[in-house]
Amino acid sequence: MTEPFETISSLAKQLDAGRVSSRELVEDAIARTETLNSALNAVIALDKPGALAAADKADKARADGSTSPLLGVPMLHKDIFCTRGVQTSCASKMLADFVPPYDATVVKKLDAAGMVSLGKCNMDEFAMGSSNETSFFGAVKNPWDLNRVPGGSSGGSAAAVAAGLAPLATGTDTGGSIRQPAALCGITGLKPTYGRVSRYGMIAFASSMDQAGPMARTAEDCALVLNAMAGHDPLDSTCADISVPDYSAGLEQSIEGLRVGIPKEFFSSHLNDGVAATVTAAIKELEAAGAVIVDVSLPSTDLGVSTYYVIAPAEASANLSRYDGVRYGYRCDNPSDLQDLYLRSRTEGFGEEVKRRILIGTFTLSAASYDQYFMKAQQVRRLIADEYESVLNDVDVIAGPSAPNTAFVLNDGSKSITDMYMEDVFTIGANLAGLPAISVPAGLVDGLPVGMQLIGSRFGEAQLLNIAHQFQRRTDWHSLTPDLEGLTG
Amino acid sequence: MNWEKVMGLEVHLQLSTHSKIFSSSATAFGADANTQTNPLDMALPGTLPVLNHAAVSQAIVFGLGVGAEIGKVSRFDRKNYFYPDLPKGYQISQFFEPIVKEGVFDVPLEDGSIFPVRILRAHLEEDAGKSVHDAIPGHTGIDLNRAGTPLLEVVTEPDFRTAEQVVAYLKALHALVTYLGISDGNMSEGSMRCDVNLSLRLEGETEYGTRTELKNINSFRFIERAIHVEAERQQDLLESGQSVVQETRLFDPDKDETRSMRSKEVANDYRYFPDPDLLPIVIDDATIERIRDALPELPAVKRGRYTTELGLSQYDANLLTQDRATAEFFEACCATSNNPKATANWMLGDLSAALNKEGLAICGCKVTPEGLGLLIKRIDDGTLSSKMAKTVFEGLWAGEPDVDRIIEDKGLKQVSDSGALETIVDDLIANNPAQVDQYRAADEGKQKKLIGFFVGQAMKASKGQANPQLLNQLLKQKLG
Repeated sequence: MTEPFETISSLAKQLDAGRVSSRELVEDAIARTETLNSALNAVIALDKPGALAAADKADKARADGSTSPLLGVPMLHKDIFCTRGVQTSCASKMLADFVPPYDATVVKKLDAAGMVSLGKCNMDEFAMGSSNETSFFGAVKNPWDLNRVPGGSSGGSAAAVAAGLAPLATGTDTGGSIRQPAALCGITGLKPTYGRVSRYGMIAFASSMDQAGPMARTAEDCALVLNAMAGHDPLDSTCADISVPDYSAGLEQSIEGLRVGIPKEFFSSHLNDGVAATVTAAIKELEAAGAVIVDVSLPSTDLGVSTYYVIAPAEASANLSRYDGVRYGYRCDNPSDLQDLYLRSRTEGFGEEVKRRILIGTFTLSAASYDQYFMKAQQVRRLIADEYESVLNDVDVIAGPSAPNTAFVLNDGSKSITDMYMEDVFTIGANLAGLPAISVPAGLVDGLPVGMQLIGSRFGEAQLLNIAHQFQRRTDWHSLTPDLEGLTG
Repeated sequence: MNWEKVMGLEVHLQLSTHSKIFSSSATAFGADANTQTNPLDMALPGTLPVLNHAAVSQAIVFGLGVGAEIGKVSRFDRKNYFYPDLPKGYQISQFFEPIVKEGVFDVPLEDGSIFPVRILRAHLEEDAGKSVHDAIPGHTGIDLNRAGTPLLEVVTEPDFRTAEQVVAYLKALHALVTYLGISDGNMSEGSMRCDVNLSLRLEGETEYGTRTELKNINSFRFIERAIHVEAERQQDLLESGQSVVQETRLFDPDKDETRSMRSKEVANDYRYFPDPDLLPIVIDDATIERIRDALPELPAVKRGRYTTELGLSQYDANLLTQDRATAEFFEACCATSNNPKATANWMLGDLSAALNKEGLAICGCKVTPEGLGLLIKRIDDGTLSSKMAKTVFEGLWAGEPDVDRIIEDKGLKQVSDSGALETIVDDLIANNPAQVDQYRAADEGKQKKLIGFFVGQAMKASKGQANPQLLNQLLKQKLG
């Protein structure tokens, strides 16, 4: 058995040195997934023949002299990315049997870089949720404590990487869906600038905020993967035509003198004390590395959640209209007429949270509430974006907690829907403003991981990765792994 | 009571791009169901629209053609409603910021006068697919070939008072878009679809009445009829003290009635909002000027030029400019004939009759404009008599390309050489002394009759090629 918690950069060296083959890595990853997944429920589709074929192809390419840093490295895709010939369900009954005839651009690019996709990760249904409890395929368990949630919506991806099923999983982040589960599972997750990575083939939730990014063990690995994921795509009009720098090149730069802004609103009453202390200590570590810590203010932080929960459901209500039982996806049995077909297919095919958001969105866009809700939310969004821009004119990055709490227990009846929405209070701002942000492991509270979030300027991923990497050179939090002995036997 | 009709129009023009407005699928008419579709047209998950800039250029061309303001920044919005032929559950349209803003479009009426129609806006949108009710027994099929075809919806102010004005507007609009080359305007294939908003009010009243919308009427004749039928229906309601319900109605030409389309009235809150998948369309002045410089001469300008510079009647000018192909034929013909009036007469006379007889449009014309031009030139230079010209025209129509060759081969050339004619006339006089004496003895009135004998004989002797004027002149001179 190969060591399950290796990083991509380490695996690349071993592959290059011929100490291990892609085939071995992939076989071990499949075996480990088959052992652990019944407990974790992190993976909802394994493509063994596809993965083994891709591994053999990668081994052959390497034997022929190819040396791409990602070549032959196994990975998983969040089940929101369309994969040609492989189930793409968005963890919904609606798409449980959907097999796309095309690959998402992200899938294509990572394939082209030689990565080997093992299969698809569980997630909150249509990426709507912060606990991964809304999946049609059941909740994902946090590898650090199987009674707790991994966060969401990219909860399967975070749990898979944390449990060592693969060194990388793709995620998507609309309101914190990469960063919050990365924080709760103790891994590194990057949400790039809106427009940095193509959205083509990524099933839409809220199109003005959805963004794909890497979830891995280290910032260094995230840089390697972002090199392959980012870049203009003629199939996505909102994907920026801006050249892609080498994100690995500047990782070793000193962060001395960099200005790190700490918004006081990120350390408010929403924040768990243990998380506050852990993140504060992590910020001290940045200071120790030479960064200049500056107090800043983002006064509209608390408006973010309500703004987001008007805009995102509005866009979602339209994005999810295509699931109507007419052309593909779930269709109810024996519809009596067209109205019945729509009504029952959608009532039976969507889960509660998805239906809630469709209803909210339909309401906020209706003629009677458009000005009061949707329009107002767009104005507040602009205000929030302006606040971030103005702070980022003064500092290089903003730092704070990724999530207000550590992983909470599954099926926690005491947590209301709005409590759940507050999970995103610190992450939503970057989505509303379209900014890049990363979550890095910053410590443990009661044995559960805590993430520190860094938010940068538009297209400032290189700087975020540089700071995160320097932090990880000085700390070991990213190297901690959950104890899964009991499960592996 | 005298009721006045008040009407505003919404016309959907299918733009003549090769591919759809947001996908690379083809837009050709009449292909097998669902063969012109890709994952985007079927609204598969994860697909994204990418704007076809040819549609934007064509919309700008239209805006300049009706003298409208072009929106420097326009946007796409989502219009949300469920229908099986609308795969995404929303239509991408322009609600808040259309690409073409206000303008005035001059419409020529039958009597030669000009009727200015105020254009309120024109916006880009995608077409829906269509439901097919007869392909699978007991089921409704969906054909998405048309889904995503670019449309320009042109909306007018409620400026129309008569069905004739409406039809004149539609004809002028048809002429304009075919001139501009941005739509084939084919009503039977749905490239030009018209919705009429109609209300009645008492003459002299300034407030508008409650309107109904007549949907998708696909011929000029049906539009006139639909307006008539619906106005009568509304009048009956109003005169019997009932009120008109604001609704969408469908004209049924077979039953000659309009009836309510209730299905779409259930949900008419379309929840428009800006489409986050598409960037705003930003158009700079340089682009507008570049497109303006490349515009062809517009029908209104042509009409003016034909009457003032070429001396045509307003009526003829209207007819010759009603579509681009006709005007282009006319102008090419004039370039050879150098005689616009005669060209107009030929085109609106013999040529038009020949086309009608075979049910052909001008683009299917069997005579080239150069051929007809040369024919007219040969009349003007005395080579052909107008009677022989008809024979030459028949030859051209039958596919013989060369006017002079037809004249030559069929021996249709007039003999205008007075020496040759003189010989014929001298021989005639010498060989028919009785008739000559009779002629010379007769009075002027009788002479006019008797000269016919000589003309006939001379024509016969010249095999019909004698120039009649010259012959007459010679005969009178020699007999008198």
